[in-house]
Amino acid sequence: MRARWSSLTGPLDTSDLRDILLINVAVGIVGISYGAITVGEGFAWWVPNFMSVVVLGGASQFLFTGVVGAGGSVVAAVLAGLLVNARHLPFGFALADTVRGRPLLGSYLMIDEVVAFALAQRDPARRRAAFFVCGIGLWLFWSLGSLIGAVLGQTVTDTDAFGLDAAFPAVLLALIMPALRDAATRNVALVGSVLALFAVPYAPSGVAVLCALPALLLWRHRPGAPEPEEVDVS
Amino acid sequence: MISTTAIVAGGLVLGSGTFAYRAAGPVLQSRVRVSLPVQQLMSTAATVLLLALCVTSALADGQEWSDPARPAGVLVAGLLAWRRAPFVVIVLAAAATAAGLRLIGV
Repeated sequence: MRARWSSLTGPLDTSDLRDILLINVAVGIVGISYGAITVGEGFAWWVPNFMSVVVLGGASQFLFTGVVGAGGSVVAAVLAGLLVNARHLPFGFALADTVRGRPLLGSYLMIDEVVAFALAQRDPARRRAAFFVCGIGLWLFWSLGSLIGAVLGQTVTDTDAFGLDAAFPAVLLALIMPALRDAATRNVALVGSVLALFAVPYAPSGVAVLCALPALLLWRHRPGAPEPEEVDVS
Repeated sequence: MISTTAIVAGGLVLGSGTFAYRAAGPVLQSRVRVSLPVQQLMSTAATVLLLALCVTSALADGQEWSDPARPAGVLVAGLLAWRRAPFVVIVLAAAATAAGLRLIGV
């Protein structure tokens, strides 16, 4: 077991593992608030943990809780969750080579933060190790976090007071910054984000993100375009 | 409250659908050769979606706009990330900025 673990983490150094731990702790705290909120909406104690294991997608799980908690039907909640998770379709194509050895486990672990952390690595071996180590860690922290939050329930204090709600977007931003240093990618992404912001007041929670996609019409294939530089996370 | 069966069935359908989205790329990749331009387009699409997720979660909760403290924290994180600050510093600075602004009542 120890040998297999070290062969998996092989290309990653201590600072990579520290960053992965930080991402995991941040996601674990979001998991605790997910568990607490879901139980607070009247769901049974095992529901957050069950959803975290079978879905493993934070935004769609919050949405499911929100729709059913507000009196909506389970069918509506599932459809809304599937719409939000449609963003995972391009993730799979972008990371197909990375998960080639274990496509089923790899597909299961394609969480936003894992995708962003893996795409920030240029070398294929490092990218694969980053993907699986971060993915397995997040699976553990997210499912345990939602269980702990469900058990603690309403005793969980307001995490916004510690600014933790700002940490989640900050993690994503830090992870995609290497890709954003490419001016063409950055311009398309900025136009997409403006489109998504315009959609916020009209689209259900999480669906606004998909409204960023028409910005890809501005994208042009450039033969021999440079790969994004390696993220410096020391 | 909705029945246990409905919750379990709903969770399994949502989970299967989500898995299908994620697995489509890896499964198709082993059967048909996805061209390099398409792979590059998908990488760009991933970045576009992740930035949109970052920006909307920084500025809004569902359809409501957030308080100014959270986007201020994320802005600080963005500047630090652009200046190649260490990852730990970026994330902690975002949380500290938002918490500090709330402490002084912004």
